[in-house]
Amino acid sequence: MITEFGHFALILALVVAVFQMVVPAYGAHIRDDRLMAAGNTAAVLQFGLIAIAFASLTRAYIVSDFSVLNVATNSHSTKPLIYKISGVWGNHEGSMLLWVLILALFGAAVAAYGTNLPTTLKARVLAVQASIGVAFSSFIILTSNPFLRLLPAPADGRGLNPILQDPALAFHPPFLYMGYVGFSMAFSFAIAALMEGRVNAAWARWVRPWTLAAWMCLTIGIAMGSWWAYYELGWGGWWFWDPVENASFMPWLAGTALLHSAVVMEKRDSLKVWTILLAILTFSLSLMGTFLVRSGVLSSVHAFAVDPERGVFVLAIMIFFTGGGLALFAMRARELRQGGAFAPVSREGGLVLNNILLSTACATVLIGTLYPLALEAATGAKISVGAPYFNLTFLPLMAPLLIALPFGPFLAWKRGDLTAASQLLKVAAIIALAVLLIAFAYGQKGVWIAPFGLAIGAFVMAGSLSELAARTKLGKVSSEETIRRFVNQPRSIFGTTLAHFGVGLMTIGVVATSAYQAEKILVMKPGESVEIGGYALKFNGITPSRGANYVEQIGSFDVTLRGTSVTSLSPSKRLYDSPPQPTTEAGIHASWAGDLYTVLGDSQPDGGYSVRLYFHPFVRFIWLGAVLMFIGGAVSLSDRRLRVGAPNLARRKPAAAPAE
Amino acid sequence: MRAALILVAVILAFASAAPPALAVEPGEILPDAAMEQRARKLSAELRCLVCQNQSIDDSNAPLAKDLRLLVRERLLAGESDAKVMDYIVARYGDFVLLKPPVNSKTLLLWLAPLACLVALAYALIQASRRSTTSATTADATPLSSAEEKKLRQILEKS
Repeated sequence: MITEFGHFALILALVVAVFQMVVPAYGAHIRDDRLMAAGNTAAVLQFGLIAIAFASLTRAYIVSDFSVLNVATNSHSTKPLIYKISGVWGNHEGSMLLWVLILALFGAAVAAYGTNLPTTLKARVLAVQASIGVAFSSFIILTSNPFLRLLPAPADGRGLNPILQDPALAFHPPFLYMGYVGFSMAFSFAIAALMEGRVNAAWARWVRPWTLAAWMCLTIGIAMGSWWAYYELGWGGWWFWDPVENASFMPWLAGTALLHSAVVMEKRDSLKVWTILLAILTFSLSLMGTFLVRSGVLSSVHAFAVDPERGVFVLAIMIFFTGGGLALFAMRARELRQGGAFAPVSREGGLVLNNILLSTACATVLIGTLYPLALEAATGAKISVGAPYFNLTFLPLMAPLLIALPFGPFLAWKRGDLTAASQLLKVAAIIALAVLLIAFAYGQKGVWIAPFGLAIGAFVMAGSLSELAARTKLGKVSSEETIRRFVNQPRSIFGTTLAHFGVGLMTIGVVATSAYQAEKILVMKPGESVEIGGYALKFNGITPSRGANYVEQIGSFDVTLRGTSVTSLSPSKRLYDSPPQPTTEAGIHASWAGDLYTVLGDSQPDGGYSVRLYFHPFVRFIWLGAVLMFIGGAVSLSDRRLRVGAPNLARRKPAAAPAE
Repeated sequence: MRAALILVAVILAFASAAPPALAVEPGEILPDAAMEQRARKLSAELRCLVCQNQSIDDSNAPLAKDLRLLVRERLLAGESDAKVMDYIVARYGDFVLLKPPVNSKTLLLWLAPLACLVALAYALIQASRRSTTSATTADATPLSSAEEKKLRQILEKS
């Protein structure tokens, strides 16, 4: 009964979305305040209805109502509660419901907090947002309905894939979707601006917090997925250039570019046309990611052709919004007037370079991901585009971006002084040089490029701190004065510093673990010892055990470092009850220097066990870097100037032209 | 991230997802460390044909194991890296290469990143130039007829 109630709420939400799509837009057209204001109510109501639908599906999962087909297919009565809840979005139908829930949440947030928006702009933003909601709510109701009943109900469900029963993975999709769907705000604002036929610096100021919030969620969502893959898949890989990963990475790259170009637009009224285009493309890439993941086109062009209903529907949605957005852009972009001039060497120039490199990187990932599909569809020829291609094309674009990054904040708007910026980065350059020399002295032979990568990472980290040092005049004035200046910096400065520092940290983690990882694959008998990454490991053998919904064999290693006992690790092999599936759980000992990573393999005829041991140096810096980017974003978001919304030109101090 | 892929696999095929990878097994490793190193490097560039986007070095599928053994067999027979790859491509086609070869079918793939870089750089630099000129000249709103009249009056007076 409650399930039917949720089903009905979803259908009602679609009706409300149609209303919200039409009425405020018409109101904006004829300048009728009452019609425009109806959009606010509709947006909140639509969110409320979808929340009811979502809650009722969640309830069906929690109480294990197997008369609901979706629950029977994806859940199991013995699953721990947290995975019953995460099971709601651990499947196609439920995840699409989460998609529209977040979409409606953003719409409602605009209605509630966008009080200082011009009424016509707000009405149009809500209408565009609703049009996306109409498309996806129809998609759910027509092709992917999670509320369908299964009668008679089976005794128990089929269960959630055991390797997905994991805390990091439980919250990976919601964050990812908040990122994906959050970019719909930038899209809706861009389309609304094109409809209005004008856009100004205030527009960028309204769009930036939404984009930043979406970007933060996407960052942490991708990082969670990568973190999960690292410890769960059993050999410490953290990024695979897999098409599904790429599908989330492309909006991230475009969104990162958008964040930076919106700064130029807000501060200098320049790059308007480009920023609008980027806003459209970023959300289009999110839609494409949804299409790629949801249609099955990735596993094979043929799988798509066999069951095309959903795929074609999402493809149609994607083409409509991307094509429609770009067509509107083509018609109206010329009307947008360009502002502020700037020299090539300037803050704007630096951000343009950032945009060129990030967008090219995004295009490269796009081409690499889609090329095999396009080639197969066009000629029937099958090729593979994998990690070696992406490493070869993507990394050369990242190197100049990272080297240029610390210079950006030191360049003035309009016209910057590269020599002066270099002077201020002297300390950072010396640190980078020291890292380079140390890496060459102590690193393995053969990986000549890795020390440069580490040096670049160190340069970015030291460079971002240099900015703060320069702003607080560290060492140039009394320490009290430096502290006073430090406290008085706008929060967005700290946000920038933290996020950029995180980028450097991540660079070091990526380079170190890719180039200097140690690996040993061997057969060990109980009582034997082996050394890796400075640690000595003694294998004690295997004990069988029984968990909540699996049986497992637990290995045991005593770990010592230079004679002192550090820890004992227990990697295990599990066999889940339902569905019956084997998994491995790695035994990991983490430290700042790196992770000791142990995996248990099969038993051998001679009484030994095959084991895999790895040492991943600095690997945690990858996710720590992502967490810093997230925190940096949050700190920026808390900046008063971002929250206030509309810019107050009179109150803006001309001397303070901070970077964000 | 592999998560989402696995979700897709589960949802669409109702098949069990990729089992945990336990690729290279102790028994496969060649006694000669340098040769094993070469084998690993080649394996990382070869696709596991029955997996989604996994190299044979990362995959524990039986077919991947067969290929790993084949690579090592050819290396033991004294063949060069290039010759081993040629042999495998001759048997399985270009599909087996994770880094596609440059040929008429993939020219676009390999040229596209550079082309994108050039095109974007050109477009954005042009756009910023245009904003430079527009800010000084083109951006100025033309005089209204009243203003023009006034201007003419001033000019005529002087």
